[in-house]
Amino acid sequence: MFDIFLDDAPALVVVLPLLISAIIAFMPSKIWPWIISIITLLLHLFLSLHLLKEISVSGLIIYEFGNWEPPWGISFKIDGVNIGLQLLFSIFVLVSTFYSRKIFLNEIDYRDSGKAYSLWLLAVGSLNGIILTNDIFNLFVFLEISALASISLIALGAGQNRKALLAAFNYLIIGAIGATFYVIGVGFAYAMTGTLNMNDLVIQLAQYSDGQLAIFAGMSFMLIGLMVKAAIFPVHIWLPPAYSYAPSAVSTLLAALATKTILYFFVRLLYEVFIIYPSYLSLFLDFVLYPLSLLAIFIGTVIAIYQNDIKKLLAFSSIAQIGYITLAFSLKDHSGVASGFVHIFNHALIKGGLFMAVGYFAILYKDRVTLNSLKGFGYKYPITSFALLICGLSLIGLPLTNGFISKLYLFQALYTNQMYFSIALVAVSSALAVVYFWKIVEQMWFSEIKFKSEKEDAYIYLPIWIVTISIIVFGIYSTPIIEFSNLSADYLISGYQN
Amino acid sequence: MSNSFLIILGIITPLFAALFSYVCRYNNNLRDSFGIIGGLITFVISLKIFHGIQNNEVYQITFFTLFDGVDFAFKVSALGSIFSLVASSLWILASIYTIGYMRGAGEKNQTRFVIFYSIAIHAALAIAWSGNLLVLFIFYEILTFSTFPLVGHKQNTESQSAGRLYLSILVGTSLIFFLPAIFWIWLKTGTLDFQDGGILMNKFPAEYLSFLIAMLVFGIGKAAIMPIHRWLPAAMVAPTPVSALLHAVAVVKAGVFSFLVVVVYIVGPDFLLQTKSSDWLVWLACFTIMASSIIAITKDDLKARLAYSTISQLSYIILGAALASSLALKGASFHIITHALGKITLFFCAGAIYVTAHIKKVSELKGMGYKLPLIFFAYTLGALSIIGVPPFIGSWSKFYLIMGSIEREFIIVAIILGISSLLNIYYLLQPVVIGFTQNSKKEIKLIKASLTVWPPLITGLGCLVFFFYANYFLNNVSGVIVN
Repeated sequence: MFDIFLDDAPALVVVLPLLISAIIAFMPSKIWPWIISIITLLLHLFLSLHLLKEISVSGLIIYEFGNWEPPWGISFKIDGVNIGLQLLFSIFVLVSTFYSRKIFLNEIDYRDSGKAYSLWLLAVGSLNGIILTNDIFNLFVFLEISALASISLIALGAGQNRKALLAAFNYLIIGAIGATFYVIGVGFAYAMTGTLNMNDLVIQLAQYSDGQLAIFAGMSFMLIGLMVKAAIFPVHIWLPPAYSYAPSAVSTLLAALATKTILYFFVRLLYEVFIIYPSYLSLFLDFVLYPLSLLAIFIGTVIAIYQNDIKKLLAFSSIAQIGYITLAFSLKDHSGVASGFVHIFNHALIKGGLFMAVGYFAILYKDRVTLNSLKGFGYKYPITSFALLICGLSLIGLPLTNGFISKLYLFQALYTNQMYFSIALVAVSSALAVVYFWKIVEQMWFSEIKFKSEKEDAYIYLPIWIVTISIIVFGIYSTPIIEFSNLSADYLISGYQN
Repeated sequence: MSNSFLIILGIITPLFAALFSYVCRYNNNLRDSFGIIGGLITFVISLKIFHGIQNNEVYQITFFTLFDGVDFAFKVSALGSIFSLVASSLWILASIYTIGYMRGAGEKNQTRFVIFYSIAIHAALAIAWSGNLLVLFIFYEILTFSTFPLVGHKQNTESQSAGRLYLSILVGTSLIFFLPAIFWIWLKTGTLDFQDGGILMNKFPAEYLSFLIAMLVFGIGKAAIMPIHRWLPAAMVAPTPVSALLHAVAVVKAGVFSFLVVVVYIVGPDFLLQTKSSDWLVWLACFTIMASSIIAITKDDLKARLAYSTISQLSYIILGAALASSLALKGASFHIITHALGKITLFFCAGAIYVTAHIKKVSELKGMGYKLPLIFFAYTLGALSIIGVPPFIGSWSKFYLIMGSIEREFIIVAIILGISSLLNIYYLLQPVVIGFTQNSKKEIKLIKASLTVWPPLITGLGCLVFFFYANYFLNNVSGVIVN
């Protein structure tokens, strides 16, 4: 009986959360929306695992919606590039949903629970769509759904702090500008080629010689639009307020996955489609993405040092970490793309874990978590604090954590490309990360105030520790992440070399 | 007992000491005894390994693979057996001393103190026995983080800013220079294992070797070569047992040990001698020796003076490593032992004077020599050893270093070492002279803390006695230099 569904697994991972989202939207219960979401996401994980099994056999799945063949119909594509990300997405969403219940109960009106989980699943479904879609216009649709869902989720933080509304509005405006840029670019591409399917686009674009300004204009519009959405410096300004004023559970989901999925599509577009204009691609990578990444790494880290609000601090650190990923992607070779994917995986776990722990602190402290408010938390809430410590050490990139693996492969990629200046900058910035992270540790463990330890909620620290342990496990046994990243890079770079 | 089990036992004993100290935190005597017990156990193990190394036994254990060509593994080298013996033997005395000091000075948070003290020793032992450069790096960082609570122990503004400086310099340099250097070595050779004769020969471009050496010597901030030395005087705000064991023995020795290990087992002395890539470092080390000696003279605070003396003495070891000739390396390795023994004596005495008389400054020591004869006696023994007067153990390492510099035809270096000894005499013996010549009219109330008196006496006499048994250590030191 299940086989009928399993054939449609690629569509179901997206459609299922979207459907359930509509069902639970007006559910007036405190707990049922959460239970249904968990069940949905368990199914989601099951479907993702099924996809993994299929991919390991066939290597490529093209799913045609309504049996309309591409290039006419919309299609999803699953191959080595995105299967790893799909799996990570599925697992992390499940963990963070498990974590979210107690957080939502504290941060938003319990009557809004249904709405919150409806938006939550909406965001999950649409972000997953970004991972799977093989159609540039369909991507725009998912971008918009995910943006609207996340904006509404961020605005739910208004119960805690009215600034959440401003942050959501900012995101709305800037996100809309980004999406507009993207859709203008899609328009150009469609006008010139008459197709929206990515595989077909490659074939059609190949007809044009290297001098078509309209195509270059379209490509540039698309890339800039995606850069806004992925919060690549200097078009990142929507991200810090959005992450920091959103309800804690929402920050966790967004920080870990939202920008990562868009970054994934960004690199796929670069190395799968725009690759047929190598001169344009290297122009963009060398003179736009590479310098911007370096600036992001440096400026993001420095700003993070001066933050007093912990969530903002983490958000600016995210800007720098996105810089690491785009730096790796700008290298144009296998090692670079692979190390970018390694960091996508690892950073999703690290930042997810950090936001989870800080989110819990926000609830315990019942106010915004600033450096001062963390005084003595290390003794008061030892279990969560210790998880935070490990995630932070991983952010710095110390050995035995997965952050170190990221750094190792990034250094290797930079070294093979002889980018010594970048190596120095990455090294300095990881040392500066110690500064902002240690400010937190110092407040938590080494301030004058002492507390007796208090009881912590297992429903919250359990998911935090699942993430934390995975950080250590992948720091010691990094093979799965490396394999998936190499697989992604294999698929993308083979196109580059042909 | 199998050899690999011995390593595990040695490394986890301090951790168990920390754990038991926490469990028994409400019983002060029981809590503090675990340091001594742990010290005894690790000392016996270190001694057994030390003898095993002399008999060409192999001590190694591999846990798992971290990434290509790099395992999480321990393997005791000849150099490591020396370092672990020093750290573990002095831990016993330092634990006894800690009890006397912490109670005498009435410090707070004693449980936290003993716990992190033990963890720091654990890290130091793991550094000593690490099987490759990455494992060394891991425990190097753990050592930094575990000593941070000890430096900032008093939790006032001064100790907090000192702690920040301490951490930012040590972690910062290690992440900016040391770790990239490790990556560089790995990318060129595909391994980070310690091997006799080094792994870089024929694999690493000789023209970049001086650059790599620079990254390593500045990256290993614990070696406190100028200009990366500021953290060490800053760390003196810590209670004296920390200054004594950690900032005269475990931490700083971990730094110079790491550098020595890199020179001996990664770069290889032969490669270094061929390329002469470390000759510039000889001059930087000489500068550090002289400059910090001169600064030490200006310091009135006894612990600050000893700290600058430590910086100067550490550069002796860096100097020996940079010279890279067999005599110089012998001297450098041996200096780890001799300086540890001498300097811990001095710090023990400085702390004992503080606890019994509440004096920190050299100029206030007037007439104290008559009141605290035993402490001043021990201090004199330690100072003479560091100055390098025979028959004290410190004379051996200095002798080898001078021989080494003559062997490499750096005559000026030999002269500088001589001048430095003269400066040593001035700033190390001045407290003794003040203590015995000038009489103070002030009445000072003395607090009795006998547990702080016996450890320096033991180490001070050790400086004298071991002079005659130097060959016992030198056997292992010779194992460092293969050819």
